[in-house]
Amino acid sequence: MKDHTSAPDDVFDVVVIGGGVVGCALARRFALEGASVVLLERAADILDGASKGNSAILHTGFDAPPGSLEAACIAEGYRDYLDIHDRLGLPVIRSGAMVIAWTAEQDDKLPDLMAQARENGVTDVEALTREETLAAEPHLSPALKASFRVPGEFLIDAWSAPLAYLLQAMEHGGQVIRRCEVRGGTRQGDVWALDTTRGAISGRLVINAAGLRGDLVDEALLGRRDFNVTPRKGQFIVYDKPAAALAGHILLPVPTAITKGVVLCRTAWGNLLVGPTAEDQEDRDRAGLDHDTLDALRIRGEEILPALRDHDITAVYAGLRPATEFKDYQIRLHDEGRYVTVGGIRSTGLSGALGIAAHVVRMAREAGHGWSAPSRIHWPRVPNISTAAPRDCESAGNGGIVCHCEQVTRREIERALSGPLPAQSLAGLKRRTRVTMGRCQGFHCSGPLATMTEGAFDTPMAERA
Amino acid sequence: MAIVGAGPAGLAAATELRRLGIDRVVVLERESEPGGVPRHCGHSPYGLREFKRPMLGPAYARSLVSQARRAGVRIATGVTVIALKKGPCLEISSDAGLSEISAKVVMLATGIRETTRAGQLLGGTKPGGVLTTGALQGLVYGAGMRPFRRPVILGTELVAFSAILTCRHAGIRPVAMIEPGHRTTARWPASLLPRLLGIPLLYRTGLVSIEGRETVEEVVLRTPGGERRLAADGVIVTGRFRPEASLVRLGGLTYDPATGGPEVDEFGRTSDPQVFAAGNLLRGVETAGWCWAEGRAVAGAMARALSGGLPPPASQRIGQTGEHLAYVLPQRIAGGAAPALDVLQLRACSAARGRLSLHAGGQETAGRALLALPERRLLLPLPSPGSDPSVSLEPSS
Repeated sequence: MKDHTSAPDDVFDVVVIGGGVVGCALARRFALEGASVVLLERAADILDGASKGNSAILHTGFDAPPGSLEAACIAEGYRDYLDIHDRLGLPVIRSGAMVIAWTAEQDDKLPDLMAQARENGVTDVEALTREETLAAEPHLSPALKASFRVPGEFLIDAWSAPLAYLLQAMEHGGQVIRRCEVRGGTRQGDVWALDTTRGAISGRLVINAAGLRGDLVDEALLGRRDFNVTPRKGQFIVYDKPAAALAGHILLPVPTAITKGVVLCRTAWGNLLVGPTAEDQEDRDRAGLDHDTLDALRIRGEEILPALRDHDITAVYAGLRPATEFKDYQIRLHDEGRYVTVGGIRSTGLSGALGIAAHVVRMAREAGHGWSAPSRIHWPRVPNISTAAPRDCESAGNGGIVCHCEQVTRREIERALSGPLPAQSLAGLKRRTRVTMGRCQGFHCSGPLATMTEGAFDTPMAERA
Repeated sequence: MAIVGAGPAGLAAATELRRLGIDRVVVLERESEPGGVPRHCGHSPYGLREFKRPMLGPAYARSLVSQARRAGVRIATGVTVIALKKGPCLEISSDAGLSEISAKVVMLATGIRETTRAGQLLGGTKPGGVLTTGALQGLVYGAGMRPFRRPVILGTELVAFSAILTCRHAGIRPVAMIEPGHRTTARWPASLLPRLLGIPLLYRTGLVSIEGRETVEEVVLRTPGGERRLAADGVIVTGRFRPEASLVRLGGLTYDPATGGPEVDEFGRTSDPQVFAAGNLLRGVETAGWCWAEGRAVAGAMARALSGGLPPPASQRIGQTGEHLAYVLPQRIAGGAAPALDVLQLRACSAARGRLSLHAGGQETAGRALLALPERRLLLPLPSPGSDPSVSLEPSS
């Protein structure tokens, strides 16, 4: 298709709409194929929609519907992540998971779930009795009935991973335009001309990875939609680091048709996470927290791990998952192969992203797109902010720790404010460094941080008094 | 001797250790300036106990620092203790990277922090401009900046009135101060301050949610008359202090969930007899003067520990009967002369009129009738060791 066009050089091979984890993985994969790529993000920084609030687990896909596109993408994405994470400096904490039955009814479902796991290619699941479960996780409430272990479920850094994908895309010529909302567009010949808040952007292949606004983008560009997004809100509670010692495995409940249920797990940053809830709502932007719901979540967490009662809550957050009326991912080719919708990535986007990207590349090739791969692949490494590897505060010349709770150094903050994709909002800086995300939530570091970020953000932390 | 934290307790302890003839005393401070929380409290009265005159927080902090330096204390700033290990040994991070310091005896004096909006499970969205008083003071006094102009102040502990004074200093005009109860937690006359400055003090009012995308736009309040929206560009979340006890917990010292700090005996000794603690790390907030005196007294016990002059650690904990007391400090009594913490410190969970008593050896050995209010200091004499002591607050019917 590229061969037939005489468009000028400022026509991109691929325009990715949406800087969530899926958009970042798509940008990376197409850039590595040799395509010229631009990624458009509506917000001030990437990962501002569904990707900003998840449980940061690398799933095996053991509980995905067998034969679904979701199952296939998670399986491929899982393999790809383990293949590339080391070269990009990304952590993997090999915690494993336990699916725990708390009632006789749930206990009855465990064999079917294990059979489903094997059908999905996750063959190393292992049934555990109540006693074996408690021996492996002594802080669990003795009220449990039984469990099974899924050794391959791991913890990863949900923000560094997509950032690394996008930085690798940029190393191969990819471009990123933030605060860029797509308002409409038309196709002239082989080329799409998108009308955006940052001017016209042209491309031969448009990929809609707009997540929570995926149906709206389809409507604006194609005049139709294949699905309707119903944002599903999940609220989470994060406990302070000493609580991480209470759970080695990811502790999963027996899932229902609607949700994977409330998970308890460590995070790659050394905290303990409890969540999410599953609450359908209309609003695509507002992920509101609710005191009573959070309190119920806290109580549920304490039922599972009674010792949590004596631990401090560090943070609470809410995320929106782009659920649709369909159970499976909605990835479809439109407009004679010049447009792909990547929608309905409801809760497994982090695990599935690399697999989704590979799948979409194959779809695009089948539709006639082709590029010549770069002669050499570069592997930029992102700074480690997880507990899986040494932190910057352990090496010389770090400038001293600014955020004491999360041990974020001056040098880490300065690096996140510079480079090819600098943080442009406090939220973006937090996701790159975890600054202010700890137990004091800025009690100590707000002053120095406001000074360091002066002029860097559109919405400053403070003004000169 | 190594002391972690250069606030009033840590500086007082270091100065005292030098006075007692201890040669090498280092205070490790993670901030770039020593002095602790008072550095950022640009108001009076500090220093009455220590310097016999009312001082502003920053001047008071400077006086403590120069007093310590004159006594020959080494204060290392920009040094974060990231782990407490057996030995005792402190793992530290600084611009130079990781290193370790071993000491014969260690004091933890890492102070407190306020409970954040997360800790209070406040509802709504998460815009910028939702700060604790400490963060606000760091911005205003530390960085000369102003994060908002028309905030709501949540809570009425003494620190909330400190927040008002900080706002006044920075030209910030709070739109309201809100309190779920029917009176301020802080003592009169602090409660006169909002009225003097024309800030509405809304009693029986809770914060339901904070709304706004990039910055705060409004808050939703629950009032006796129903829900009400109030335009504001920030929220100051005040009080509900919690000890900064991560070194305690990650270091494996016995932790008291009631105080949020380490368990100590009346010598300020933790479950590791070479690790002591003093100041607000021991419990939710006390005044700077109290912490200073506590640091000085525990330093005396540390010096005695060096020469083997302390009794063996206590095995028995002071009991607590009923549900009206939030905590008792010290948690254990070892016995022996000249205790560093020479009274039992207690707090009530909620307002209660009743009898506060100490039982030992099967009978009440001290007690009095009182009106106990939350966050107010309650004291009882130390019990004798081995008498199976317990404390209670029995409401009068």
